[in-house]
Amino acid sequence: MTSPCFETVAVGDELPALHLQAVNRTTLALFAGASGDHNPIHIDIDFARKAGMVDVFAHGMLGMAWVGRLVTNWVPQGRLRRFDARFQGITHIGNTIRCTGRVVEKLQRDGENFVRIELRSANQFGQIKIAGEAIVALP
Amino acid sequence: MIDRKWIGHQLPPAVLPIERTRLRFFAKAIGETDPVYHDVAAANAAGYPDLPAPPTFLFAAELDAGVTDKLLEDLGIPLANLLHGEQSFTYHRPVCAGDTVTVRSAITDIYDKKNGALEFVVKASRVTNQNEILVAELSTTIVYRH
Repeated sequence: MTSPCFETVAVGDELPALHLQAVNRTTLALFAGASGDHNPIHIDIDFARKAGMVDVFAHGMLGMAWVGRLVTNWVPQGRLRRFDARFQGITHIGNTIRCTGRVVEKLQRDGENFVRIELRSANQFGQIKIAGEAIVALP
Repeated sequence: MIDRKWIGHQLPPAVLPIERTRLRFFAKAIGETDPVYHDVAAANAAGYPDLPAPPTFLFAAELDAGVTDKLLEDLGIPLANLLHGEQSFTYHRPVCAGDTVTVRSAITDIYDKKNGALEFVVKASRVTNQNEILVAELSTTIVYRH
């Protein structure tokens, strides 16, 4: 896949969407180990229930990592300058997440070209889980 | 209520050696199959000296070092009431396997909403590598759900 360049990218362009498999307990266990976030609320249903939750739920940072994949599928990671996420909803077991992005601004600063990308992740019901933004430098 | 005296508190530095096995494990956990994140030759071909740390990986440093747990204990936030509100990364230099990063954080704000039902703690972090070069900055907002 050829990487996008500033000249040909237009405001409104959509990044190729990223579709995830339904969230399951194995994914959460692996992410707990790999990320270093061992909070039992994500991996131990007994703990989650005592905390008043119906079940374990996904780490916010797992959702952000998926949105990161959307961005680095589109441009090499070295072009990423800034990456922000607001966690707007809990991602539950069985949720099927879709990450999307759209170019919302083209900017030039100090002789370098950038685009600002609006990022979203949502489940199969369209409920927003992450609203975010990235700034990437483009050749 | 979280004591506002913690605003300005400096957390102990968290040192994280970046290792290939951990990066591959992280890539697997997030479903990242791009060879750049698994295969050193592919990473080299993409211009990295070794496997690059994916964009959100640096969040692990303070978790691994126990700095996050200690902070939550100091602030009196039970894990069961903890939510992640916002997260931001600013990138200055790539971080790759073989690097050792040090994360130094400070609490920059504590505020509440909904008559204190939700409290927010904002932490700002600077990440340097083994050459004392600033590689990234993080901002984290955690939420204490009462």
